[in-house]
Amino acid sequence: MVQKLDYLKETPSQTAGPYVHIGLAPGAAGFDIYRQELGWDIAGPNAKGERIRVEGIVIDGTGNPVKDVLIETWQANADGVYAHPESEGEVEEGFRGWGRVITDFETGEWGFDTVKPGPVKARKSLGTGPLHPPAHAGDDWLGRGDEGHEDMAPHINLWIVARGINIGLNTRLYFDDEAEANAKDPVLNLIEWHNRRPTLIAKRSERDGKVVYRFDIRLQGEGETVFFDI
Amino acid sequence: MSQAEFYQRDRERHPPALTPDYKTSVMRSPRAALISLQQSVSEITGPVFGHNDIDPIDNDLIHNYAKDGESAIGERIIMHGRVLDENGRPVPNTLVEAWQANAGGRYRHKKDTYLAPVDPNFGGCGRTITDENGYYFFRTVKPGAYPWRNWVNNWRPAHIHLSVFGTSFSQRLITQCYFEGDPLIAKCPIVKTIPTQDGIDSLVAALDLNATVPLDSIAYKFDIVLRGRRSTLFENRLEGN
Repeated sequence: MVQKLDYLKETPSQTAGPYVHIGLAPGAAGFDIYRQELGWDIAGPNAKGERIRVEGIVIDGTGNPVKDVLIETWQANADGVYAHPESEGEVEEGFRGWGRVITDFETGEWGFDTVKPGPVKARKSLGTGPLHPPAHAGDDWLGRGDEGHEDMAPHINLWIVARGINIGLNTRLYFDDEAEANAKDPVLNLIEWHNRRPTLIAKRSERDGKVVYRFDIRLQGEGETVFFDI
Repeated sequence: MSQAEFYQRDRERHPPALTPDYKTSVMRSPRAALISLQQSVSEITGPVFGHNDIDPIDNDLIHNYAKDGESAIGERIIMHGRVLDENGRPVPNTLVEAWQANAGGRYRHKKDTYLAPVDPNFGGCGRTITDENGYYFFRTVKPGAYPWRNWVNNWRPAHIHLSVFGTSFSQRLITQCYFEGDPLIAKCPIVKTIPTQDGIDSLVAALDLNATVPLDSIAYKFDIVLRGRRSTLFENRLEGN
């Protein structure tokens, strides 16, 4: 026998279920209860940078839309700063960078309005691994080296929950007009299979003078979106 | 400024994505392995909420949707506990959201068609922010069990859904809280997605007679544990990381 480590264990996840809207977006469930629901205004009125819309659909393993999904978004502002005390820099007043997105119950289509985030500072050597990491090894997908410390390309972090999803799925949305930055992004470069990387790249277009990015998420099967254990 | 990472998630404690006895998971579960990331500022930060975001009535589900002078029908309970991290430290000022069926097992949701009636005085959701000790509480009614289509005759044990943020996007968690003594817990395919009995037990709130309000409400205690964090690295003191 040995001494016990006195850590607690994380509470296990359970599915958000089909009625997640009651708790996190009651208006969508069909009733009005709070003074304000949270997560509807991601960037606020004062955020600088390019105003964009992101749209998509979540598709299950049969090829059908997931109509009861809820997505949370987390992003930096146009300067690459998160609205959090541990992100260096300031954000505009009213910029939270966090949003909640629900689908149309009939079609499964979803969309949200925000500003395009800027590149985000690289991770530092955070106290794990060598204090002076070797130069980035390129396509070192065996993962025995540190991930490298290039700045990250502009991206939006997504967290996806729904009935049938036992633990929230984390992924990232990158932008197809940032090809140069994407090519150097340490997270995209960690994906061994180059043909899976495009599953994280949103496609830019214009509609009625507005910038719209399309980002479909495939939960399973051909073209399955890359999900992360963060 | 701290940039320490959070402990890796213990995937053996959580349900896997694919759990065939919970049928909906079969076509909604990724087949490829998750890609493990070292954490950057994108993962160690997360949204910050304050008391301006919510109202004091929001954590009282007995009254937050009731007409003036009326209240929700059902067994009156207090659901309370602390949000802690794996280091045993309280997580203060974090948003906790709850949602549930009413006492008859019916949700106020346009997609719920169960024959039990909607309670006109019960919305079924609440939210609160933990205090400096990580403490939270809700006043509500005990939800009813209800049938659902999985096998033809499945019943969910009484449960309250809980959503918690912590301080970083990597701590984000949604779970369900069950009630001590409910015989349906052991029969539920969603509960049984959790791989260990110890993990299941950690989702069962204990009857807490000491916290009841005599002649008013019975109480259950439910602590929530979020991922813990490494201490900040100091180059001249490598231990403790």
